[in-house]
Amino acid sequence: MKISQNIAISENGFLFNPATGDSFSTNDTGKEIVRLLQEGKNQAQILDAMEGLFATDRASLEKDLADFLYMLGNYRILDANTAQSR
Amino acid sequence: MSKRTYERPYLRKLNAGLGNKFGTRHSQLPVTEIDGVPVASIMEEYGSPCFVLSEQTIRQTYRNAVRAFGTRYPKVQMAWSYKTNYLNAVCRIFHEEGSWAEVVSIFEYRKALGNGVPGNQIIFNGPDKSADDLRFAVQNGSLIHMDHLDELYQLSEILATEDLKARVALRINMDTGVYPLWDRFGFNYENGSAWTAVTKVMAQPRMQLVGLHCHIGTYMLSAQAYAVAANKLCDLALEIRNQYQHRIEYLDLGGGFASGNTLKGSYLQGSDVIPTMDDYAEAISGAILQHPFGMSGELPTLFLESGRALIDDAGYLLGTVLALKRLGDGRRATIMDFGVNLLFTSFWYEHRISPAQDYSSHHEDMVLYGPLCMNIDVVRENVSLPLLQKGDRVVVHRVGAYNMTQWMQFIQMRPNVVLIDTRGQVHLIRRKEDVQTLNSQELTPAYLEANKGS
Ligand SMILES: Cc1ncc(COP(=O)(O)O)c(C=O)c1O
Repeated sequence: MKISQNIAISENGFLFNPATGDSFSTNDTGKEIVRLLQEGKNQAQILDAMEGLFATDRASLEKDLADFLYMLGNYRILDANTAQSR
Repeated sequence: MSKRTYERPYLRKLNAGLGNKFGTRHSQLPVTEIDGVPVASIMEEYGSPCFVLSEQTIRQTYRNAVRAFGTRYPKVQMAWSYKTNYLNAVCRIFHEEGSWAEVVSIFEYRKALGNGVPGNQIIFNGPDKSADDLRFAVQNGSLIHMDHLDELYQLSEILATEDLKARVALRINMDTGVYPLWDRFGFNYENGSAWTAVTKVMAQPRMQLVGLHCHIGTYMLSAQAYAVAANKLCDLALEIRNQYQHRIEYLDLGGGFASGNTLKGSYLQGSDVIPTMDDYAEAISGAILQHPFGMSGELPTLFLESGRALIDDAGYLLGTVLALKRLGDGRRATIMDFGVNLLFTSFWYEHRISPAQDYSSHHEDMVLYGPLCMNIDVVRENVSLPLLQKGDRVVVHRVGAYNMTQWMQFIQMRPNVVLIDTRGQVHLIRRKEDVQTLNSQELTPAYLEANKGS
């Protein structure tokens, strides 16, 4: 899983992709995931980190993370080839 | 360090296109209570889904209608349209408020009698009245609103053989300038069928023509159409007076007043475009009062059979999120535990849906599905809601009309219905169905029963 280079994300969840010129808004959870991706973490590592941060169960995290990664891939924020891979 | 509250991750592409000049409208606040009763406590006790009715709203809405008409016209009588919601508790509230009953089948008729409505305060409408139904209604002194000539002849025969007299009215359909024209019920005004029917009734010594009736459509967005209808009924009544020296006692303008729901495909919210009760009252009363009925004692009584406008607002459906998924085209889909089985009106309304718990400022567009394993089960094709999670509760608004009568037992059972009384007490008024309810109606032939399990 590789996040596109130069993705900019602001404190209040404004996300900009200079490669395509698209901008997005995301929430606190989304921001955290993008940050972890930028640190080069894989899916399992992201889940572990999130579990430590948020008050919820692993199943919800796993389901929601998969969906979020799918959306990132869809918008070409994640490298399309790696978005679905584990 | 304590953990942060979790909200599922959300990502929305920002489009720098043309702005929406109306803005994006979200229902701003979660709906956690109905008439002061917590939604969560109702669902914990009565399950999910669950229909809720507010007695306070029913009475307020009714009184507003009575005020709107009563301040403009001296003689007004409401008749509760049973088919709109014939739960006995609901009917009894309307009857307590002074409403008569308007029924369209013998089943509804018997319900009205059971609710204590005297026979002579029941209006019997509709195309389906058997000989037995007619006989029974006539014996009870009810008002028989005739829909077709076959009914007229049948009634005539019954009256002759049984030596009875009936108080009757004719249902008239007409062009009021709105589309679609409802011409399948009753006798047409413009083509002369209505007058023919009048002459036939007047020739029957055992029938007393006491009223003229119309119901010009439903969810009528034009109050003016009622003025046209009232004018035509008045002209007919005055023509009868001139030709036969016979006084028509009442004009029944039916129902059809819109509720605050938003029609599918409507650009604006329903509550922003519908006429008010005062608009309808002004159009109808104004039209009747312009006709030369003479002294006010001669004025016909105005009957109204308003249904949806009197009960829609008082009904809520509480439900729960079953699951969330992403569709093939990337759209978000949310699956609820209620669908078109309970919300028949979602076929033509875009029902307002509110979360029943706090949420953040993020919203997403989604399609809202019901629980049925059937493709037709779509509650909202596109709705913007906060980030719902499995188990979250929602409140669907304005579902009091037609849903608790047209609901279907299909795949799922009908749920509990509760009434919140004016003191905030919750009462179960219809028990949820279960497999026993259904099986109790079924019979297995003995030869199949004998082979059971073999
Ligand atoms: C004869 C008659 N009266 C009254 C009503 C109630 O109509 P609404 O709910 O539109 O007021 C109906 C409904 O179709 C009807 O057929």
